[in-house]
Amino acid sequence: MVPALRAASNVLVHVPDLVRYGSKPWRENSGGDAALAGALSRRLRSFAEAVAYPPNQVFIGNMAPGDLGEGPSPWYENPVPEASAKGAFGEILPQEDFYPLLEAADQFGLLLFGPDAPSGADAASAAAASLLEGSGPGKTGPGKRGREEEILGRIESGEALPLHRGGDLIGCVRRDHEADESLDARILLENLAAKASGAYALRHLLLQEEIAPEEIEYVISCSEEAVGDRYNRGGGNLAKAIAEMAGCAGAAGVDVKSFCAAPVYALVHAAALIRAGVVKNAVVVGGGSLAKLGMKAYFHIEKEMPVLEDVLGGIAFLLGSEGGGAPRVNLEITGHHGAGRPSTPQVMAEALVRDPLERAGRKICDIDKYAVELHNPEVTLPAGAGDVAATNYRTIAAMAVMKGEIAREEIPAFIESKGMPGFAPTQGHIPAGVPYLGHALVGMRAGDLRSTMVLAKGSLFLGRMSQQADGASVVVEV
Amino acid sequence: MFKGKKVIALGERDGVPGPAIAECMEAAGAEVVFQKTECFV
Amino acid sequence: MDLENQAAIKKIADEVGADNLVVVLGMPGEGLRLAAETLTTGDPSWAGPLAGVSLGLPVYHILEERVRNHVPEDIYAEKLQMMEMVLDLPRIESDLAELRAAG
Repeated sequence: MVPALRAASNVLVHVPDLVRYGSKPWRENSGGDAALAGALSRRLRSFAEAVAYPPNQVFIGNMAPGDLGEGPSPWYENPVPEASAKGAFGEILPQEDFYPLLEAADQFGLLLFGPDAPSGADAASAAAASLLEGSGPGKTGPGKRGREEEILGRIESGEALPLHRGGDLIGCVRRDHEADESLDARILLENLAAKASGAYALRHLLLQEEIAPEEIEYVISCSEEAVGDRYNRGGGNLAKAIAEMAGCAGAAGVDVKSFCAAPVYALVHAAALIRAGVVKNAVVVGGGSLAKLGMKAYFHIEKEMPVLEDVLGGIAFLLGSEGGGAPRVNLEITGHHGAGRPSTPQVMAEALVRDPLERAGRKICDIDKYAVELHNPEVTLPAGAGDVAATNYRTIAAMAVMKGEIAREEIPAFIESKGMPGFAPTQGHIPAGVPYLGHALVGMRAGDLRSTMVLAKGSLFLGRMSQQADGASVVVEV
Repeated sequence: MFKGKKVIALGERDGVPGPAIAECMEAAGAEVVFQKTECFV
Repeated sequence: MDLENQAAIKKIADEVGADNLVVVLGMPGEGLRLAAETLTTGDPSWAGPLAGVSLGLPVYHILEERVRNHVPEDIYAEKLQMMEMVLDLPRIESDLAELRAAG
């Protein structure tokens, strides 16, 4: 079977009161700096502000990536008028409806909410509402409430962390073992957040395409969390937990990991399984990264900007067989970076872009759009982290110059035509090229786009096991 | 200029990574005492 | 700049002494100024071990002309040449010149 990309879904979950549990704010605040904690809470955005934020509107498909370049900046000061939380291929969920999803994701009584916690009964999102309807075995589920003294007791004993709505305490999340740091309260909250946002993205995809969850045969998670206890930290299979929560009762699940490059590997693996006839369809899913919330918040605060890293991202892609105009995932053009090769951007660009295209007899300029790591530059620039997408586009353009496809003066025009501004939240694996796929499907259905190469890199050196970076690429085309 | 100097090589994934800086500096006659690659995202 | 790296560099500077020590950076853009400032006058974000610590280390970028001229041609071609087109060389030169003038 020829594997094809059949659908894409990008979701965001606005969680201002979980920003404090991002790795950076958590570390800063544990130092006991009350002024810093206060500054953080004053700079958090409302749900309406997060919805009207232009890059978020691009992420869920209500605007094209190119619209960002043409619109006024800074984006955070130029909200989209009458912005909707529902997009062409995604949506934005408020925190109020995410707490119940977290509760539904919890099968071990890790969370305890008080009587005032949201139940999700009025959730505007059909995907969230449907996840709350279908309860799995062992689920504690929304509706069972703890007493206030019980919640306070857990927090005071040091076994649980408080969960808030603005200034109000509404519940807590507890550790599940006194001496196992892998089952620490914050780690478990991280894992539950990835599971719940991943299941939300997957259910949104299924509803959008009107596919019954039972039809899905295989789920690959490209999420970054290290799920497991102390004997198998990172043991994983968040995929199966996500599939179960989303109601994909017959689906097998497995995690694919390579830091931020994982989503591209996951696409390639899913397509390969379909081509080999192992399964007829597969879903690639990524849940959000709690650890990355507020990572650059203190730079934003210093520059009197809102805290822009206040959303969890979720992505889901349905792969099946060719037909009905769905673009194929072209496994003849996949790029990998050899384990012994230098991790310089040049070698990476050769491995991910030049070599696979050359093998297929194509030129760099033959690809209509390159989808690189699409980190929102408005988040990264104030922190001195550069414009990741722009740097990657310059690298691809430089490779085209070295191959003699374009002249050095044509670099800006190449980038203008084949690139786009970054629009994804800085959630590690979420920006990994793949958030463009929803836009690519729209463009391909309209006949405006023929091909895109998705490529992403992973910073393996962060784990201290290798000095290497990694990368993967694949072409999706009609 | 770098001969006999001790060098700290601090690279970035999308710029010039640490090991590449280290190799260049060693070739320029320096002793690399620390090399690291940063990733800001 | 990464807090662990700040700590590691501070330790090396304390052990080796600043006299014979040189820092060579490879950041693509805006991170360069921040890193250079951190290693000379101290961490401007006041978050890391180098907050308020003025190491005063000589800081270079690998693609500055005066640095890349010391790299043998074959290694230069393999590791750096393409990055000339990717990174903003005039800006790297002017950012570092400015910091040196201020320091």
